[in-house]
Amino acid sequence: MQATEARAPAATRELFYNEALNEALRLEMERDQRVIVIGEDIAEHGGAFQVTAGLLDRFGPTRIRQTPISEIGIVGAAVGAALTGLRPVVELMYVDFAGLAMDQIVNQAAQNRFMFGGQARVPMVLRTQGGSGRGNAAQHSKSLEAWFAHVAGLKLVMPSTPADAKGLLASSIRDDDPVIFLEHKLLYRTKGAVPEGEHLVPLGKAEVKREGRDLTIVTWSREVLFALDASAQLASDGIEAEVVDVRTLVPLDKDLILASVRKTHRVLVVHEAIRRGGYGAEVAAMITEEAFDDLDAPPRRLAGLETPIPYAQHLEKSVVPQVDDIVRVAKELVV
Amino acid sequence: MTTAEKIDRKTALDLYRVMRTIRSFEERSMQLFGENKIWGTIHSYAGEEAIAAGVCANLRDDDWITSTHRGHGHCIAKGADLGRMFAELLGRETGYCRGRGGSMHIADTAKGNLGANGIVGGGIPIATGAALTAKQLGTDQVAVSFFGDGAANQGTFHESLNLAAIWKLPAVYVCENNQYAESLPVKRAFAVDDIAKRADGYGMPGVHVDGRDVRAVYAAAGEAVARARTGRGPTLVVADSYRHEGHYYGDPRKYQSKEEIDGWRRQFDPLADARTWILADRLASDADLDTVDQNIATEIDRAVAWAEEAPLASPIKLPDDVYASH
Repeated sequence: MQATEARAPAATRELFYNEALNEALRLEMERDQRVIVIGEDIAEHGGAFQVTAGLLDRFGPTRIRQTPISEIGIVGAAVGAALTGLRPVVELMYVDFAGLAMDQIVNQAAQNRFMFGGQARVPMVLRTQGGSGRGNAAQHSKSLEAWFAHVAGLKLVMPSTPADAKGLLASSIRDDDPVIFLEHKLLYRTKGAVPEGEHLVPLGKAEVKREGRDLTIVTWSREVLFALDASAQLASDGIEAEVVDVRTLVPLDKDLILASVRKTHRVLVVHEAIRRGGYGAEVAAMITEEAFDDLDAPPRRLAGLETPIPYAQHLEKSVVPQVDDIVRVAKELVV
Repeated sequence: MTTAEKIDRKTALDLYRVMRTIRSFEERSMQLFGENKIWGTIHSYAGEEAIAAGVCANLRDDDWITSTHRGHGHCIAKGADLGRMFAELLGRETGYCRGRGGSMHIADTAKGNLGANGIVGGGIPIATGAALTAKQLGTDQVAVSFFGDGAANQGTFHESLNLAAIWKLPAVYVCENNQYAESLPVKRAFAVDDIAKRADGYGMPGVHVDGRDVRAVYAAAGEAVARARTGRGPTLVVADSYRHEGHYYGDPRKYQSKEEIDGWRRQFDPLADARTWILADRLASDADLDTVDQNIATEIDRAVAWAEEAPLASPIKLPDDVYASH
C-alpha cells in the first residue's frame, strides 16, 4: 500500500482480515468491560467467518453472548443495552438478514438520539458482511450499503484491508453513535500488514491507496483490491490511476476525494452494489456539485447490474465489476 | 387473575394522584389539540391509568421502562415533569426532546424512561437490552416494557420474551390489553382467550390481571418486579383495560358502537373505581380526594402556562443532534 498517512512506525505482521477484526475485538474487550459481542454462532463456532474465534475462551459466555436466530431481537437488545451503558458489538451473519432487523436499526438505533432531543446515545456497532463471489446466491450476496447511507443517524464503515479492518473496528467500538460496519465475505482470507497493539483509524477519513495523475478511481470494500489490480494494468499502458479508498461512507471524506479529483480531473466511481440508487451516485453527484469546473469529463460510474446476484460462478462474476471492466472504463474515460 | 389486596392510605393516595394526573393531562392535551396548538397526533391513555400507575409504583428512578405511542401515562407514572411534557407537545425548546420527538417520542432518560415509541412492539427488545445491561453489570435494576395487545402479535414480542427467558433477564413485560389494536378487536387478533398463556411457551410466568383495578396491578407488578430484581427472571403481565378514546385524537371509531363506547367508558373507569374503594375502605374522605383533584388541576394549569411561555424550539441546531460525535 502506498501513500499511507504519516504515523509513528508500529511493528506490523501479516494477518488475515478476519484475524485483524478478531484482534480489534479482543483488544477493545480487554480495554473496556462494557464491550460485549452478541450474535448467532459466535461462541464455540467462532462466528460464520471466524471473526470471534477464541473469544469465548478469553471472555466467557456473558460477554460473548451467543443468541438464538432472532435478528430483530438481537439488534433491539443491543440498542437497549447501548442506551443503558454497555457498548455492544452485534454480529449479523449476512447483511441480507438486515431486513429482519431493519426497524431496530432505522427507527430505533439511528433515531433515538435525535428524537429524544440529544438525551440518549447509542454506542453500538453492527458488524455484518455482504458481497458476492462465493456462490451464495441472491439471499446471501447483496451489497446493501445504500440502504444504511440513506438513514440519518447511522455511521457507515466498509474497510478493504486487514489494517483498516482492525483500526476502523476499534474506532467504531469507541464511537458514541451506532455504526454499521460492513465487511466483505471475500476479504476475510486476504492478508496484509497489520500494526500490533492499539491501532485506530479515524472514522470519516478516506485514504489514497495508490497515487496517480490521470484519473481518480473512488471505491470501497473489495472493489479497492480490483481497482488496485486494474491500476497496475493501466500503468503498463501508461495510465496512472489514483485509487481512493473511501473506507467510511458516512461521514464521507469529501475533502480527500475532491483534492484527488482536482489533481486528476477525471473520476470513476466503482462499487459492487447495483448502480441504480447506489452510493456511487451520491459520490458522483457530490463531485459534480463541488468540483464541476475541475472536471475534464463527466464522472463515470461502474457498478453492479440491476439484478439479484445469481448463483453460478460465471453468472455471478458477470453482474459485478471485475478488474477488466475497471480497466476498460478507465481507458474510455482517459482517452 | 390476581386479586386486589388491601393497601395503606399513603400508597392509595399516591396511586390515585398519579392516575388523576394522567387523566387530567390527557384531558388538557385533547383540549390543546382541539385548539390546534398540538401538531401531529396524540393517543390518549385515558382509561388505562391503573396500569402505568400500578406498575411504576414498584419501580425506582434507576429502573428502566420502554413505552408506546400511547405513552403519556407511563411517562407521568415514571416521574416526568408535566411542564416539560406539555412543552414537548407544544414544540418548545424546553420540551423533553426540544420539539424533535413530540407525543410519540417523549423520553426522560434521567428517570429511566427510555422513550415512547411510534413503532408497535418497537420498545420490547429495547427493554430486553436494558435488562441485559443490568444483568451484565451486576446491578439490581429492572427493565419494564409496556406494550399493547397489538404488539403481542409482533415478532419483537416473540424474540424478546424468548431471549429474556433463556438469559433469565430482570425484565417485566406488561401487555396492556385495551381491547383494540388500532381498529382490530382482540377477539379477531388472538385465537387464545388469554394472552398471558403465551408466557408458557417461553418458560416464564404469565399473570393475567384486572387492569382496571390499580390495587391488582400494583400487587401483580410488585411480584414480577421483585422476581426480576432478585435474579429469578422475567414475567409477562397482561392487564385488561379499555381505551376511553379512539386510537388517536379524532378517530371516528367506526369499528365501535356508540353503546359500547358510552357503556364501557363508564363501566371501565379505573379512576372512578379507585375513588369508590378509597372511600369505602375509609383511606381518605371525599374532601381529601377533591383536594388532590384541585391541586392537580392547578399543577396542570401551571405546567401549560410554563410550557406556553417558553420559546419555540429552534431549528438552527437540528443537524447537531443527529450524532453524539462527529
